[in-house]
Amino acid sequence: MKLTLRVWRQQNADAPGTMATYPVDGISEDMSFLEMLDTLNEELTLKGEEPVAFDHDCREGICGACSLVINGDAHGPERTTTCQLHMRSFDDGDTIDVEPWRAAAFPVVKDLVVDRSAFDRIIQSGGYISAPTGAAPEAHSTPVPKPDADFAFEHAECIGCGACVAACPNGSAMLFTSAKINHLNVLPQGAPERETRVLDMVAQMDEEGFGGCTLTGECATACPKGIPLPSIAAMNKEWLRATRKVSR
Amino acid sequence: MTEYAHYGTGAPVSDTKAPQGPVAERWDTRRFEARLVNPANRRKHTVIVVGTGLAGGAAGATLAEQGYHVVQFCYQDSPRRAHSIAAQGGINAAKNYRNDGDSVHRLFYDTVKGGDFRARESNVHRLAQISVEIIDQCVAQGVPFAREYGGLLDTRSFGGVQVSRTFYARGQTGQQLLLGAYQALSRQIAAGTVEMHPRTEMLDLIVVDGTARGIVARDLITGKIDTYFADAVVLASGGYGNVFYLSTNAMNSNATAIWRAHRRGAHFANPCFTQIHPTCIPRTGDHQSKLTLMSESLRNDGRIWVPRAQGDARPANEIPEDERDYYLERIYPAFGNLVPRDIASRAAKNVCDEGRGVGPGGQGVYLDFADAIARMGRKAVEEKYGNLFDMYARITAEDPYETPMRIYPAVHYTMGGLWVDYDLQTTIPGLFAIGEANFSDHGANRLGASALMQGLADGYFVLPSTISDYLARHPHHDAVDAAHPAVAETVAATRERLERLLAVDGDRTADSFHREIGELMWEFCGMARTEEGLRKALDRIPQIREEFWRRIKVPGTGEEFNQSLERANRIVDYLELAELMCLDALHRAESCGGHFREESQTPEGEAARRDEEFGYAAAWEFTATGVAPVLHKEDLVFEYVHPTQRSYA
Repeated sequence: MKLTLRVWRQQNADAPGTMATYPVDGISEDMSFLEMLDTLNEELTLKGEEPVAFDHDCREGICGACSLVINGDAHGPERTTTCQLHMRSFDDGDTIDVEPWRAAAFPVVKDLVVDRSAFDRIIQSGGYISAPTGAAPEAHSTPVPKPDADFAFEHAECIGCGACVAACPNGSAMLFTSAKINHLNVLPQGAPERETRVLDMVAQMDEEGFGGCTLTGECATACPKGIPLPSIAAMNKEWLRATRKVSR
Repeated sequence: MTEYAHYGTGAPVSDTKAPQGPVAERWDTRRFEARLVNPANRRKHTVIVVGTGLAGGAAGATLAEQGYHVVQFCYQDSPRRAHSIAAQGGINAAKNYRNDGDSVHRLFYDTVKGGDFRARESNVHRLAQISVEIIDQCVAQGVPFAREYGGLLDTRSFGGVQVSRTFYARGQTGQQLLLGAYQALSRQIAAGTVEMHPRTEMLDLIVVDGTARGIVARDLITGKIDTYFADAVVLASGGYGNVFYLSTNAMNSNATAIWRAHRRGAHFANPCFTQIHPTCIPRTGDHQSKLTLMSESLRNDGRIWVPRAQGDARPANEIPEDERDYYLERIYPAFGNLVPRDIASRAAKNVCDEGRGVGPGGQGVYLDFADAIARMGRKAVEEKYGNLFDMYARITAEDPYETPMRIYPAVHYTMGGLWVDYDLQTTIPGLFAIGEANFSDHGANRLGASALMQGLADGYFVLPSTISDYLARHPHHDAVDAAHPAVAETVAATRERLERLLAVDGDRTADSFHREIGELMWEFCGMARTEEGLRKALDRIPQIREEFWRRIKVPGTGEEFNQSLERANRIVDYLELAELMCLDALHRAESCGGHFREESQTPEGEAARRDEEFGYAAAWEFTATGVAPVLHKEDLVFEYVHPTQRSYA
């Protein structure tokens, strides 16, 4: 395949960025999108130009590092992570736009790399169960009904990639935040911190500068792990419940 | 032949610090004998932890909970991305919830046997004991393990064992356990007890007056090189499988932290013990950047086969049942498709070498779920393996519900690593190594679902108990002097290395060298090794190293975000580590576990151990780049599990 790439280049957080055009040739449809970028980078390096910086690590769709907006879609045309997108999803001769996540709360570090530490701070504000090592009771002392365990798992699948934020016209992180709240709040182990968790995490989310939710649903459409949109409604319900309970 | 192969033999390892007495009591004994640090004094102790995977994340969180001041590092943008996250299948624990005859002793026995009698009994028994506490801990953290309808935890069986002791969270067990540790760590970061440095890579170890006192690390965003000091340093930086270029490791997983520690005096044990995982997706071409594992749990219900005839090019579903060879079931009727990984991998290689492999290049075997779908129904198969099937379909554009998967072995895990004693301390006082970074528990072959168990055992339970003994005995209340010659020398060496990489301005990329060394290692130090091949590799490696320093091209500068520089710097270390791996493989003229020397096999073609000569762990002491290292032997004593030729027939 022969393609034309238009790639966002930005030297660092403070420098202005621009779209640069690169032709690439000899692309196999079995290549992943990132392997296609590897090919471009090898060429750029040998030509003495700086390769395109992008985040990636596991390349099997689970670490959440890769984060490209491809032709305007977070992670591109398939519902998966960028690393699991293959060139067979494109046609010979295509022009492909490659940009970083765009959100005020995710500043660009370089080229296609952004700073997602806001997500870490949301987790730090309450996305955990306080269970110091060694203090745990026997695992079978608290059975968890299978539907609750499955609900928790479905939300725990979030990989923290940030596609939900990148896809949202408001730059909202409500799908990410709700996924963790729902994972932990449905479990009996998470019950003691149920209220503080949702209140603190939502407050931190707002403080980080993420936008609000207007239910456009772009987040759930872009989510490579299929975190469902009603996750946000469930979080709102938890938040309302917690607000009433705490004010009592 | 290079001089490198003429290694000397130094003093044997005299003391592993494992207590005497019955094996089941040793961990209690050690914990009782270990000195404690007064809770009020703990905050005065700083501990550096490098890495935030299962071992590092668990250790950082636990040490901080105990009151120590933890300074932690990861090269990723967030501690949540460490490669433990990619582990799929599960975690072993001797809970015996199935009432199927499991026990701590059986897990101990299975692990020693599975490791082909090259692990230390004391450590393995401790691991088996702690396994049950890990499950309790993770459930308390909210890890969403698979459950039965009654609300209790589900388990499944895994390669190399006959009990059902593997706890799992669909095909994402590593992710869920890692997020548990990450969340515990996050809680401590919020509490101010852990100072977290993401996107910061350790480039060297600072050793002052013979003890580990800190690290040199580079901020990957600004390129700034800084020193960090502590009373003890813990390396939880993972394994070194990426020396093979193609592996199931993450792209940026690397050996720099452990290799730099090795160069500073930490012995490196059993570097040739690498695990080739039998169930990975075959490569498609030269562009391939990494290999993807399909969880070994698939072998519970999938059946592995190749055509009986060589060069049979018919599609799988056109090959009738009696023209298929379910070779694992045929050769190993007792364990069938559930034989340990090393055995399954070699069997796949053998049938492909016979010309019976399937798919492009004949480098693949079928993993077929047709029977399982007929038996359990498609829905049950989906429930158990859905995400793995989806991943396979995504990568190969084939539907595994309709056509059998194609799989082939790939480098997956390294059993070797920094030598550690029973306390997980390396040969440098104050330097500890945990998780895959150490060599301790898996011998020559790791059983499935045991890496997660070991990482969490080391991080949550073992290290936090043993490091207190070191800290109590070595109260370094004197701060390290940043002007100390050892500090200045370490920083200068790091700067000099990076500047040299940038200055060469040659005509080859870092990746091209990585591919070259990887291909060499796969060919000569991969699934089957020979003296001749290893000698060839030992001749070739110094030549590649020389060419590297002449022709490497690293664009950009050191004072910015520069991924090319990061990669090139890691390859510097692979080019040395590869040499040690080949030497270790050459010197160990026996077959054991994942180390298969063609010269040493049974008449049936199985690995033939030579316990009389090689019943030891090989701990190598660094001398200089390209110069023969010194071998220290730790004799392995088996008081409880008596070495026999492993048989899974």
